[in-house]
Amino acid sequence: MDAYFSLFIRAAFVENLALAFFLGMCTFLAVSKRVETAIGLGLAVVTVQAITVPVNYLIYAYLLKDGALAWAGFPDVDLSFLGLVSYIGVIAALVQILEMTLDRYFPALYNALGIFLPLITVNCAILGGTLFMVERQYNFSESVVYGVGSGAGWAIALIALAGIREKLKYSDVPEGLQGLGITFIIVGLMSLGFMGFSGI
Amino acid sequence: MSDARKVLIDPLVDNNPVTLQVLGICSALAVTTSLLPSLLMCLALTSVAALASAAISSIRNRIPNNIRIIVHMTIIASLVIVTDQLLRAYAYETSKQLSVFVGLIITNCIVLGRAEAFAMKNGVGMSFLDGLGNGLGYSAILIAVAATRELFGAGTLLGFQILPLTSDGGWYEANGMMLLPPSAFFIIGGLIWAIRTWKKAQVEKPDYQIHEVHRTEIY
Repeated sequence: MDAYFSLFIRAAFVENLALAFFLGMCTFLAVSKRVETAIGLGLAVVTVQAITVPVNYLIYAYLLKDGALAWAGFPDVDLSFLGLVSYIGVIAALVQILEMTLDRYFPALYNALGIFLPLITVNCAILGGTLFMVERQYNFSESVVYGVGSGAGWAIALIALAGIREKLKYSDVPEGLQGLGITFIIVGLMSLGFMGFSGI
Repeated sequence: MSDARKVLIDPLVDNNPVTLQVLGICSALAVTTSLLPSLLMCLALTSVAALASAAISSIRNRIPNNIRIIVHMTIIASLVIVTDQLLRAYAYETSKQLSVFVGLIITNCIVLGRAEAFAMKNGVGMSFLDGLGNGLGYSAILIAVAATRELFGAGTLLGFQILPLTSDGGWYEANGMMLLPPSAFFIIGGLIWAIRTWKKAQVEKPDYQIHEVHRTEIY
């Protein structure tokens, strides 16, 4: 149990996908203007991440890994070079399903997310989570914990940044730094702050 | 010809994909702690962007509109797999350092963004140049960040000692923070500031004008 808890904390804070690995930066900067939209997108990312990482684990372990097809009678086949295409296919399909579900049952959230939901497909944080899972050779339960943890960490960072940027609207920023420039500096400071968690 | 030149040169400063359009920083900044992996990353991304734009443009009239994203992703993913395998074959050590980030070129918004915005509407040659130009614009930022981080973080460039370190009897005290993630954000923030001071047209209008509010209160 302890191992899973520390994996969760590490995935969410110390190795925060956005602040330590720069993943999902495009959406991170574009959607962090208002806290409400940030919360919506954060939830969507946690959901997608929690589903895709374990699903991709199953695909990797039972179809693609070297010797994974032994159960089908092909012990010498190594399909791991097909990994990238399969993972992105799974992610695109899942996002599509999530989009249809939200449209049907939560139209308010669907409208709030708008264009950003399909953009989750090309969110590097999602594909990054899967690739890290493969590279670090997590097992199934670890990949569930890692998916939830890394998604949650990304969402926390996003919501915190949105809160800061809402306040920032009322401050007098030098001309060239307005908008994107000052946002980068703030993200840098947040990243410094999150590094403090590495002591845990 | 001048059109082609404009398509190629524009993304370098005037319409830079990173500093102006906020695209594509995702999969890249983590590799900028030293210059060599960054150069490889730039090479990989620029070739994928140019080839993907050309490939998508050549079949743009045959792609059904509602499944175009899937088609784009498949083309891009195949190109990235080829790039990844090539890097592993010819630059194994550096490709280990790049770890998952070569794979993440698939989700780099520059590649997909240019496919959507430009290659779907223009001819093969122009799309190739557009992909190349945007790849180079991205590379310019990446190389600037990587050079700054490696030079001030370790005193080296491409592994050669430029600033002699105090630990080796020189005068330069290495700035360890340059090798940590936050410094990349600060450097890009500073770069954006510099570019926008030079090119005033890129300055963003604030949502809320403080000075005007004061004025209306006074009058």
